[in-house]
Amino acid sequence: MEGPAPVSQTTTQAEPGRAARPDQAAGHPAGVPDLLYGETETQLRSAVRDLLSDRAAWPDVLARTETADSCDAGLWHTLAADVGCAGLLVPEEHGGAGASVREAAVVAEELGRAVAPVPFLGSAVVATTALLIAGDGELLGGVAAGTVTAALAVPFAAGPGSRPAPTVRLVAPQDGDPAGTARLTGSVRGLADALPADVLLIPADGVPYGLYAVQAGQAGLIRTPVTSLDATRQLCDLTLDNVPARQIAAGGTAERAVAAALAAGAGVLASEQLGIAERCLEMTVAYVKERRQFARPVGSFQAIKHRLADLWVAVTQARAAARYAAACLAAGDPDAAVAVALAKATCSDVALKATQETVQLHGGIGFTWEHPAHLFLKRAKADSIGFGTADAHRASLARLADLPPAGGSS
Amino acid sequence: MSAGDLREQVREFLAAHDPAASDRLEFLRARFDAGLAWVHYPAGLGGQGLSRSLQPVADAEFAAAGAPTNRPERNGIGLGMAAPTILAYGSEEQKGRWLRPLWTGEEIWCQLFSEPGAGSDLASLATRAVPDGAEWVVNGQKVWTSSAHVARRALLVTRTDPDVPKHQGMTYFALDMTAPGVEVRPLRQITGEAEFNEVFLSDVRIPDADRIGAVGEGWQVSTATLMNERVAIGGTAAPREGGMIGTVARTWREHPELRTPGLHDRMLRHWADAEVARLAGARLRQQLAAGHPGPEGSAAKLVFARLNQEISEFEVELGGADGLRYGDWTMRRPTGADFFGRDPGYRMLRAKGNSIEGGTSEILRNIIAERVLGLPPEIRVDKDVPWKDLPR
Repeated sequence: MEGPAPVSQTTTQAEPGRAARPDQAAGHPAGVPDLLYGETETQLRSAVRDLLSDRAAWPDVLARTETADSCDAGLWHTLAADVGCAGLLVPEEHGGAGASVREAAVVAEELGRAVAPVPFLGSAVVATTALLIAGDGELLGGVAAGTVTAALAVPFAAGPGSRPAPTVRLVAPQDGDPAGTARLTGSVRGLADALPADVLLIPADGVPYGLYAVQAGQAGLIRTPVTSLDATRQLCDLTLDNVPARQIAAGGTAERAVAAALAAGAGVLASEQLGIAERCLEMTVAYVKERRQFARPVGSFQAIKHRLADLWVAVTQARAAARYAAACLAAGDPDAAVAVALAKATCSDVALKATQETVQLHGGIGFTWEHPAHLFLKRAKADSIGFGTADAHRASLARLADLPPAGGSS
Repeated sequence: MSAGDLREQVREFLAAHDPAASDRLEFLRARFDAGLAWVHYPAGLGGQGLSRSLQPVADAEFAAAGAPTNRPERNGIGLGMAAPTILAYGSEEQKGRWLRPLWTGEEIWCQLFSEPGAGSDLASLATRAVPDGAEWVVNGQKVWTSSAHVARRALLVTRTDPDVPKHQGMTYFALDMTAPGVEVRPLRQITGEAEFNEVFLSDVRIPDADRIGAVGEGWQVSTATLMNERVAIGGTAAPREGGMIGTVARTWREHPELRTPGLHDRMLRHWADAEVARLAGARLRQQLAAGHPGPEGSAAKLVFARLNQEISEFEVELGGADGLRYGDWTMRRPTGADFFGRDPGYRMLRAKGNSIEGGTSEILRNIIAERVLGLPPEIRVDKDVPWKDLPR
């Protein structure tokens, strides 16, 4: 019989026997790529976890939600520049780490575990993916160095599939504008990770459709902070009034850049959701072992044990789905679209379930502001909408897996 | 030994034993004696102490030569559960006597564990074995015994000391199913047929030489058997839509007239859940291959049981009017479940057993809660009470 294996250890240990970059599908049954964590991923996890336990303990995270500065700029700088998380997806020629979505996904797990208020997803994953396709070396270099924080100007709720309809349009340049200057007017509602951004990447209608870079300090660009359900990832509404911009991609390239950014966002967000679920399971298991009622730990009641066993089972499924999405995105696998849809659909439901169970199984204390359960609940609920709901991702599986709806033809 | 060396060894064996010109059983016996049956078993017992990971190398070489197999599907309990139990707890004499005909398939094994009064609480079992000279006399009833009607031998666990707490007074035997007093009756299931049996034991005499493990050590030996059962249920690699979901997806594609918005949502949920479960199974095998088996194996059976039940229920409903028909209620005697060759109604009914056989889903949740999550054990009122004094 196996001895007790506390769940807290399952994500911190390397899985021996794995290569440093275990992304080769060869040798694995049924062509499934390596879904385990390699050595570099485990080392990166450990560095990020150490930093977050030091600098983003939940009381600090909670306290920050009631200040004007919802993003922890100091922590983000350390994570981005010193730990090197901002440049994971950026090739070495542009000053990045030349790593992959596999590593970025591990960082996202850790950030989810801490509900950390940093724009890693928006800048290092979503905007960076768009910049990689746009081929903008200068911005990539700044992002990789941690000196530039970028955000793609799409609603956080933007779902899978084709790009969201732009709500910003190209307007006529003004007299005296240097050659190559474009001007943008319009608005985008509910952007994530855009408040701390130095540069906004704005999809805009025009001939052709294009992706434009705008400095955040430009006159006419207004970011209005939104009172957000998840105050650890505060949204903003963006308006642009004749704001000068530089085109970084046009036409098909711009469309691909936005679509790839949204896919990477959804795929990596699934790993953040996995982190949330794991942390909540650990927290709740620890609590029900301690909390005594009726002269026994509440965790000795079968009604509680079975719920937590079911949650642990759900987390094993979420982990497989999230790792598959990370592996497919990292390898540019043709199955990436299916993998992202599976992961976002699965992990959205599992993270939400985990946080709901955390509130309920903590009883009275779990309903209070003084306990971190609500931070996770709100993050999980917001994440379940971010980059497409579970339902929206299942709907895209209908197309990807050839399972047409009623009235549709096969 | 390298894979290449093993391959060479198999080729030499095949050169000396032409599969086309040999009697099937003689060939299998010779393969066993050459240490090429299960290469990770000890020398002299069908193996040569190699890594288990080399077994597929040997199997592939034999398959390529068109050699006869030992038909492992006919003897799942023998190969998957009896053999490792005998290897771990049997005497040298017993290993020499039982393992060869077990591996060749000459002797099918079954498992006499569950009783009408002892299901999840296996340790409460009541089948009595009483010593009589160099023999034991056994009386009792066992149920849910797959393959008992074709088995030559059985793994049998009995009560030998009713005066001590239940886990301490059990003893484990190998039973000759042809012994006088062994009666096998089909146990008809909700599918209409009988994979399983009831086995009645009336004054059955077992030589003490067929006892496996010490007197009173039956619980430990049983535990080893059951651990191997869960490993066996862990599942094998399958392609996407390789499981029950594939049949349903094909029906969905071929019959647009059956689709409704509500069914579509369920179709997509089942498809996603089945595909994620397949990926989780692949990840589990990757962990095993890396020499780092995780506790996720106990999740796999729970998920498998739930999905089989949900998907097969869905499939019958999707069929609409066809869901009202059933393939065949004739009492037949298959040796296992058939999720691919039969109709949806059969699948729906047979899948109900998936959350009961090999440990109920509730017991699995207890195991996960206690052994994986480290939650406090159930409060036990029966642990230190002599078996004969337990309330019934």
